Amino acid sequence: MDTPNKETTPGTSPAPRRVKPKLVVDWERCKGCGFCVEFCPKEALDLSGDFNRKGYHPPVVDDAKCVGCNICELICPEFSIFCKDAEGAPARKGKEPKKTHLAEPLLRMDRMPHIWCPGCGIGTTVNCFTVALSQCGIPREKIGLVSGIGCTGRVAGYVNLDSFHTTHGRAIPFATGLALGNPDMKVVVYSGDGDLTAIGGNHFIHAARRNMNLTVILVNNFIYGMTGGQTAPTTPIDAKSSTSPYGASEPPFNLAHLAETCGATYVARWTALHTRQLTRAMQEALNKKGFSFIEIIAPCPTLFLRLNKLGDGLSMMRFFRDNSEIQNGADTRSVAIPYQGKIVLGKFVDKEEPTWLDRMNNQMSKALGTRHVPYGAPKKEGEAKS
Amino acid sequence: MTMKNRIEVKIGGFGGQGVILAGQIVGKAASLFDGKHAAFTQSFGPEARGSACSSQVIVSAERILYPYVKFPDILVVMSQEAFVKFSPALKPDGMLIYEKSLVTPVDLPASVRTAGIPSTQLAEELGRRITSNIVMTGFFAAVTGIVSEEATRKAVMDSVPKGTEKLNLEAFEKGFAYGRAHAAPAAAGAAQRGH
Amino acid sequence: MTRTPAAVQAPLAGFTGADPAGVASGDHFMDGDFACAEGALAAGCRFIAGYPITPSTEVVEHFARRIPTIGGVFIQMEDEIAASIAIQGAVWAGHKSMTVTSGPGFSLMMEHIGLAAMAEVPCVFVDVQRGGPSTGLPTLPGQADVMQARWGSHGDYEIIAICPNSPQESFDFTIDAFNLAEQYRVPVMLMMDECVGHMHEKVTIPRPEDIKIFPRRWTKQAVGSYLPYKPEFDGWIPGMVKAGDGHFFHITGLTHDERGYPAMSVECQESLVRRLVDKIRLNADAICRCEEIGLEDAEIVLIAYGITSRVAYAAMEEARRRGLKVGLLRPIILWPFPERRIRELAEKVNTFVVAELNYGQLSLEVERCAAGKADTILIGHGGGTVHEPEAILEVLLRAAPDAIGRQGPRKRMSPLRAAPDAIDRQGPRKRMSPLRAAGKKR
Repeated sequence: MDTPNKETTPGTSPAPRRVKPKLVVDWERCKGCGFCVEFCPKEALDLSGDFNRKGYHPPVVDDAKCVGCNICELICPEFSIFCKDAEGAPARKGKEPKKTHLAEPLLRMDRMPHIWCPGCGIGTTVNCFTVALSQCGIPREKIGLVSGIGCTGRVAGYVNLDSFHTTHGRAIPFATGLALGNPDMKVVVYSGDGDLTAIGGNHFIHAARRNMNLTVILVNNFIYGMTGGQTAPTTPIDAKSSTSPYGASEPPFNLAHLAETCGATYVARWTALHTRQLTRAMQEALNKKGFSFIEIIAPCPTLFLRLNKLGDGLSMMRFFRDNSEIQNGADTRSVAIPYQGKIVLGKFVDKEEPTWLDRMNNQMSKALGTRHVPYGAPKKEGEAKS
Repeated sequence: MTMKNRIEVKIGGFGGQGVILAGQIVGKAASLFDGKHAAFTQSFGPEARGSACSSQVIVSAERILYPYVKFPDILVVMSQEAFVKFSPALKPDGMLIYEKSLVTPVDLPASVRTAGIPSTQLAEELGRRITSNIVMTGFFAAVTGIVSEEATRKAVMDSVPKGTEKLNLEAFEKGFAYGRAHAAPAAAGAAQRGH
Repeated sequence: MTRTPAAVQAPLAGFTGADPAGVASGDHFMDGDFACAEGALAAGCRFIAGYPITPSTEVVEHFARRIPTIGGVFIQMEDEIAASIAIQGAVWAGHKSMTVTSGPGFSLMMEHIGLAAMAEVPCVFVDVQRGGPSTGLPTLPGQADVMQARWGSHGDYEIIAICPNSPQESFDFTIDAFNLAEQYRVPVMLMMDECVGHMHEKVTIPRPEDIKIFPRRWTKQAVGSYLPYKPEFDGWIPGMVKAGDGHFFHITGLTHDERGYPAMSVECQESLVRRLVDKIRLNADAICRCEEIGLEDAEIVLIAYGITSRVAYAAMEEARRRGLKVGLLRPIILWPFPERRIRELAEKVNTFVVAELNYGQLSLEVERCAAGKADTILIGHGGGTVHEPEAILEVLLRAAPDAIGRQGPRKRMSPLRAAPDAIDRQGPRKRMSPLRAAGKKR
């Protein structure tokens, strides 16, 4: 068993500072999931005895214990805690002193609070994504985000990017058109397990086969959330759902293996608890040419956990802590996820292959020689300018 | 319903004989180089499977309204099977053009005029039996007159694969010359009469 | 007998010439499918996503052959569902894009026609109609997708559908389809049929400078304050942007406000869907196009579209030769339907005779607009071939007034109308929608 977050990401690690950052809690955004309290390495947080207006107990900080590591900022699915550089703190690495939530410039804060339930892991993954975005080195306007339908499908509505909330299951083909239409862009598909691998399963395997230049981030909570807890292609055998009231009997997909077999050039799996590793994986995927795939295991407290009497989101996060095993480079055939069993995490595949566009251009120029007009060269100035 | 100046042509044969290209060339000659109207269709589906396949061309001085050939004025056949299949629909005053060494016309009304050419053999003399359809196209132009010699020649050159123009041109000339030498010029006038 | 030429379209401000790279100027002998691909290239389309299906496949085959020497993308997707949304991704990347299919594939595309209508994505769907339902007659013509084009996706929306009757028009109208898509920000359907798609005729492709292209209308809003659904043009149409330019815009198929954000309120639904519908309905007179022949003295108006209009023309000519006062009305734009024109004609003619390769689709619209003031007779046909002109002529003769010595005009002949009087006489005049009535006041 591994301790989550022991791996640190350059840039997000707490650099030695003379003035300690100050932890700020947005009292009203909190939904009391307890993630921050449970996973604070310094036990600097505790739930307040007071209620906020929604009836939750937001955290209080013991400033003496807090070291400003910002794990709470990253793991909070409600974007309600952040580390603020203290007044008069020196600029770090040429950056302005941090005064807001790290996700703030990259999210549409006018749309908060988001629709996700207390203890849902999707917000945490979005937190990690915003850090990855800000550190991947790609200009923000050159990143597009496409979602399908479902709880994770709502991510497109919250990120402050060119973002597209499409139809159920069809985020990948939309993203294919977007990525081929503007090859300068990095297009990210952010959606759920039901959306991407049931109704959208055909598109998933074909985009992987083509090595389409897409980063697919799949939040796997083992169930259909938005529609009320039905069986998904990821629901483990024996797990209950609203359409498998006596336990699921179909074998689920091993998505990492599926992606690799179909041709994905980057495959990783993390949980919503493994925020540092997940952030790094997202950065790597964003900078990968070709079809990169990250599966994130996340708690669905309202449906998966409730229907299976497995406690709340925090219980599931504790389960991730106690039952995951990091095996970078693992054979994806061996990483299927049994019901309430060991979850193998890590980066499983990372290789270089030509993308669909590379192959298309090569083929055409082989066949047509100088008659071929290569597609995907940077657009001329003034062309199709809005 | 009468349609003035409308000549309907059906070309039948077996797969690989190039009856589709032959029809396209006739249509192209008429519409692009003779300034007439032409509509070309080919049979898809079950009719196109198996051995008999066909293409249809309508040539008209006026805009073509009804798009299909039901009772051809001119039937070109390059196989016996196509003859058997398509000749019952040939108009009684129509014209049959046939591949002489592959087709034996039988049970035709006396009013149907016929013109035959051993196009496969002539094509083999050129070294490429695949040009049999072009030989036939040249013959067709010569004996029917519904497309002009020059227009058809241009259409052949415009339709065949790059690099094969010379061979196909020879095939066309051979078929055209055969038509001039062996078929009565009156046939062309008769075909042009329309209905 | 006067004839309104099909090709005449009122010139609009804002048109430009075509990009010469995609224009194969000159005379060609080609089929409707190839002509459609050439039309798309001439219109500036550089992105097609498709999936093979007879009889439409030749469109993408030709595009796939041509595009690598022009610069663009053809991608054969895993199914029609994927194709119909990939093109929308490409639109938001700045492309003009199109997909091509036939009946069964068109059925699969319906959800994304709804998305394109909802998100106002200018793009073109080509349906080379074959006989249906289901797998039907893959290699033979039909015109039975007409209502599907209009109503096939769920919810309230409007589209534009345009219907060619020759390979030349397949070329011309594909360009028109792109222009209309840009002008109104709607998905436009090019409703071809197998006969037009597979028939070769002469197609003249003009010089690039003689082709009229309606360019995309980019937003005039500043980066940073862009509202994706704020009407900017003609009072209806929001300005377009493309991804990658720093607007950080959001697009959704959910009911949305001007910011593009989901907004699940009755008020937002009303203002959004109303605009989506009205931008077409209230501009119907500007969009509608018909070819009209001999309508000035007509007592009987023959209505037909697509390939059927050619056969109908032959029947009309013969009927006139025999002394019948028959005119031909060919809707070129099927949707929006030329309601006003049918209502006008219903005031002065006795009978509409509608010939179509289905058992009653556009005839229902004619009957609705005739509103009991003139009879509507359907000459239905299951498809697989076209009507015999003689069959149409026979109905015209029977529909003609007694002077010709035939049956009277008030006799309905549709085999589908079991009890025509019971159905048709009841209150058709009350059918005008409150929405339309309200719209007219604007």
